Amino acid sequence: MDQFAQLIVLTLAAGTPLVYAALGELVTEKSGVLNLGVEGMMLVGAVASFAVAATTKSPWLGVGAGILAGAAVSMIFAALTLSLLSNQVATGLALSLFGVGLSAFVGLEYVSVVIEGIQPLAVPGLSDLPVVGKLLFAHNPLVYLSLALFAAVQWFLYRTRAGLVVRAVGESPQSAHAIGYPVIAIRYMAVLFGGACSGLAGAYLAVAYTPLWVEGMTSGRGWIALALVVFATWKPWRVLAGAYLFGGVTLAQFQAQALGLDMPSQFLSMLPYIATIVVLAIISRDATTIRLNAPASLGRPFHAGA
Amino acid sequence: MSAAGPPQGANGSPTGGSAAANAASVGASIRLRLEARPEPSRLAGWLSPLVAALATLVVGFVLFSWLGKNPFTAFHAFFVKPIADFYGVSELLLKASPLILIATGLAVGYRANVWNIGAEGQLLVGALAGGGLALAFPETTSPLLLPAMIVAGALGGMAWAAIPAFLRTRFNANEILVSLMLVYVATHLLSWLVHGPWRDPEGFNFPQSKLFHEGALLPVLVEGARVNAGLFVALAVVAAGYLFMQRSLAGFQMRVAGLAPAAANYAGISSKRTVWMGLLIGGACAGVAGVQEAAGPVGQLLPTLSPGYGFAAIIVAFVGRLHPVGVVFAALLMSLLYLGGESAQLNLALPSAVTGLFQGTLLFFLLAADVLIHYRLRVVRSARTPVPVPKGA
Repeated sequence: MDQFAQLIVLTLAAGTPLVYAALGELVTEKSGVLNLGVEGMMLVGAVASFAVAATTKSPWLGVGAGILAGAAVSMIFAALTLSLLSNQVATGLALSLFGVGLSAFVGLEYVSVVIEGIQPLAVPGLSDLPVVGKLLFAHNPLVYLSLALFAAVQWFLYRTRAGLVVRAVGESPQSAHAIGYPVIAIRYMAVLFGGACSGLAGAYLAVAYTPLWVEGMTSGRGWIALALVVFATWKPWRVLAGAYLFGGVTLAQFQAQALGLDMPSQFLSMLPYIATIVVLAIISRDATTIRLNAPASLGRPFHAGA
Repeated sequence: MSAAGPPQGANGSPTGGSAAANAASVGASIRLRLEARPEPSRLAGWLSPLVAALATLVVGFVLFSWLGKNPFTAFHAFFVKPIADFYGVSELLLKASPLILIATGLAVGYRANVWNIGAEGQLLVGALAGGGLALAFPETTSPLLLPAMIVAGALGGMAWAAIPAFLRTRFNANEILVSLMLVYVATHLLSWLVHGPWRDPEGFNFPQSKLFHEGALLPVLVEGARVNAGLFVALAVVAAGYLFMQRSLAGFQMRVAGLAPAAANYAGISSKRTVWMGLLIGGACAGVAGVQEAAGPVGQLLPTLSPGYGFAAIIVAFVGRLHPVGVVFAALLMSLLYLGGESAQLNLALPSAVTGLFQGTLLFFLLAADVLIHYRLRVVRSARTPVPVPKGA
């Protein structure tokens, strides 16, 4: 039983970066903007958080820096796609490539630096309870924060007027514009939120999960997060479930080795990517569901003068 | 998000507002506005890469100064020194040739809105297929080996690209995500082969295959340089790409599918065929590029076979305006960025990662400058803000 609890704890820890990144991207996409730059924003967030944590010796300042850095690079994307009406797919790709380059450049001097990461937070008294203690009260603080973020996003999108407006902008920017909502400004905010979340996802990896800096350390999690939003058919709770599912798949490689499964490690490392492809194909098969759930204006630029 | 307020939001009038950034302050009534052009500007289309390259240079200037280097020395080391002699020029061509190949292939797909971003994986699988052939026939001196390797590489790349094509046409799965995921799968596949079954037994346990024998290496064009016959393959592909896109019916159909999907559908152009062609052509080109690397400058299979050519080629395709001829120039520029990064590391003690930074910046500037293809910038003396300008504003 204790082992089972341990497995759950590890799964939550592995799924958390996906929760952050995918929730952020979900909000961005709900406003009708497809930002393929998640991987790049995560890397920039990761390197910024690690650099600040290493310099100031405060991992929490690092987390703040990661959020700001992710938000900052997302503004490059927003300026290009929203103000200059560039192609969202191409610009998102550019942001990913740029993030890889920028983070590698900035991160060079931190490659073998060791920092004190954010430690799991054991709630005094409660965390010593058998099984339940470990399961509920001994996670990393950033894991709890990701759950809070999930609740906040769910509440914002479906229980507030502002959330309704964001969704309206994603469904029909023309109508939203016609009744006077500032479509472009709202989309800027949604992209900014997505960038901040991706930055936080990167920061979690660099100062809490691993904690260290390695070039390209997100290893495709940004792209998996993008796929997750599609699996989740743009619903926050399904994002959460999907993120933990993939967290579990990531762990499978370590578990299989522990179980003595005789399989080259490379094949186990492929698992998360293959799983992404398989699940993506299964979910996308039903084109109608995807079309009905995807924000109607996703990926299309909006120009009021047109 | 304060959008919950009354509908007449902060952006002013509900009708006919402009998406353009409000450049001027509120008091002055001059603002910049984007106005749709009746037809896309060809001039802007060709000028924008130049503008982007210049802007990237400016960023480089600022960056070098900020890093405490004399920008002029740095520029010389980055952009001039690497190609100051014959060997440098040959290296420029050597690195440009896989970029030309891959970008030409990708451009075919991009024109049709088929977004294959997994060329890096297709390159690796192509190299595995072609390289596997070289390793399987270690003795042969047959002149057919090299052509067979190139064909095997093309087939390998196509097979890898067929996966996203199949999943897209059969299961509606997004080809961007699938092709990218397969890059990671291919990387691990290569890693497994060179760590395991294909590892050179005399390689001191390094993860690498045996060196290819003489008959499996692309002939070098000039003694003393590394640039090889692969360059001709790349140029042949450029010519074929040009003929295909500009002169063939299938190429025309792909362009229509990209420009006006609804019209293409109406005209009976099969969107499935478009997806398959776009991906397979891109995959074949990337696979051949992989063989060229393995059978050229590298000479064996290694985990670090490609310095990200598959991703850099995406930028090359865009900077080259998705046109085979443009791609050649863009590839030369990108190749120079690679060489410049190496030279900066040697001569300026700057990390070669600066190359990636420049590549991304270049693409950003290009996308920004591209706005002028479809829109023109208008300075508007706003007549429809009847708000009287207060005195002294």
